[in-house]
Amino acid sequence: MSIDADEVAQIAHLARLAVNAEVSQAHAQNLSEILAFVERLGAVDTTGVEPLAHPLEMTQRLRPDEVCEDNQRERFQAIAPLTEDGHYLVPRVIE
Amino acid sequence: MHDRTIAELGAALERGECSSVELTRSTLDAIEQAAELNAFITLTPETALAEAAAADAARARGEAGPLTGVPIAHKDIFCTEGTRTSCASRMLDGFVPPYDAFVVSQLRAAGAVSVGKTNMDEFAMGSSNETSWYGAVRNPWDTGTVPGGSSGGSAAAVAARLVPGATGTDTGGSIRQPAALTGISGLKPTYGRISRYGMIAFASSLDQAGPMATTAEDLAIMLQAMAGFDRRDSTCVDQPVPDYRAALGDGNLRGLRVGLPREYFEADGVDSEVARAVEAAVEALREGGAEIREISLPNTGLAVPVYYVIAPAEASSNLSRFDGVRYGHRCDDPADLEDLYKRSRGEGFGEEVKRRIMVGTYALSAGYYDAYYLKAQQVRRMIRDDFARAFEEVDVIAGPTAPSTAFALGAKSDDPVQMYLSDIFTIAVNLAGLPALSVPAGFGGGRPVGLQLIGNHFDEACLLGAAHGYQQLTDWHTRRPSLEG
Repeated sequence: MSIDADEVAQIAHLARLAVNAEVSQAHAQNLSEILAFVERLGAVDTTGVEPLAHPLEMTQRLRPDEVCEDNQRERFQAIAPLTEDGHYLVPRVIE
Repeated sequence: MHDRTIAELGAALERGECSSVELTRSTLDAIEQAAELNAFITLTPETALAEAAAADAARARGEAGPLTGVPIAHKDIFCTEGTRTSCASRMLDGFVPPYDAFVVSQLRAAGAVSVGKTNMDEFAMGSSNETSWYGAVRNPWDTGTVPGGSSGGSAAAVAARLVPGATGTDTGGSIRQPAALTGISGLKPTYGRISRYGMIAFASSLDQAGPMATTAEDLAIMLQAMAGFDRRDSTCVDQPVPDYRAALGDGNLRGLRVGLPREYFEADGVDSEVARAVEAAVEALREGGAEIREISLPNTGLAVPVYYVIAPAEASSNLSRFDGVRYGHRCDDPADLEDLYKRSRGEGFGEEVKRRIMVGTYALSAGYYDAYYLKAQQVRRMIRDDFARAFEEVDVIAGPTAPSTAFALGAKSDDPVQMYLSDIFTIAVNLAGLPALSVPAGFGGGRPVGLQLIGNHFDEACLLGAAHGYQQLTDWHTRRPSLEG
């Protein structure tokens, strides 16, 4: 699989990443090499093999539905780039 | 004084040869003198001296444990309340966490004194410590070479005997490979052995914290403090924590069944000097009474390709949290919300992190998921099953930790696939969730070589015992680099 600069732009958009035009060609080449490298998996016969998501095959542990954390909004918002009246500020989304 | 092992320092403090405050001062001086290694991102002298004074007071009350008053360092991936935690990324350059990671609290509760935060590859993505926003770390054995990565700062700091122990994380070899390249001991515990609460996520089905130190005994002391159940990490496994130091035993290896995977010794690209050193290490184990058996791990060659689908896929999901809104870097004057996301992330992440996010995004995108992600998960099971079969016959598996000794700075920076192959022997262990460690096993061209020992799930005690036994028979772990200046 070969990736060109246009496809890098599309993938970068999906990942919400600004990628400079001057490095997108290098990214295209690197991504192509990485994909070519992982494509050897395609030759492996995996018929009937169950996918493994968790190395110990454990399932999610459940806990009682009880409140165990206090509201610490001021503490967490103290490290936010921009807040006002307890809200996180972003550029206007709805006109 | 500061250049001794944790076990020796604990004993010296107990005998009153020095106080923790004196030890901590001398540690901070040594770190300053070794600034050219660039092993630290942030030093915390004030809190370190306060913790040292508290440790001395605890000892005076008769409340000291093996780590009380011993200086250590944390990889800058562990959140530290009130102290910047950057993950070596511009994205988190100004991030001061409002809470401590589990590992940080555990080691503090055990009395260890944290002197600072060590350098690393950005978001733990790298095998050379060259992707850090704060610059490359240098290998104290030869400052023209890399220390390995991603826990390169912790490895360099321990190798240079600046601190006797440090924390690391290992997603595909990030504790063991730098331990090998810098001539120290490093343990990646079983997946789920140590809570990851407050440890910045890279690939959640692979990430695990672990200790780095000069000896297996010190790894046991640190693991004892770090292990334990924590309900705040849903992947943390509720298993009893054995007495690891007691399990070291007297170093007798008699009856230990050691498997040698023929694929690890026939692999392309293993330096002959690495192979020679590891063969000599295996011979030492045999002379110590271990029984050596040849085994096969037939899917060894597929581990790196599987990893470079699964790890980037999980990373692309985990790193979506960095959006310029709640914490971390935010671009100036965003035109709209999409521009805010894209430029904050584009400016905040380095090129290797972007590369992996894009590989993961691609592998998970519509039309490609089955061919890449699902296929990789199937081969992952085949790799894990290889190990399960091997552990029916042997107690530990031995081989090289890394295919080469430390390479020159810049040697692989432009070739991601070559860099990824630095982890060819370590990655399968993460895919299978197994514990493994690297111990010093000689030199090639004056640079350290690591012996990797892989154990069965939750059998860290056996691994540490085998490594301790090896260190009773050899003295590679006592060799240290001579630092100029």
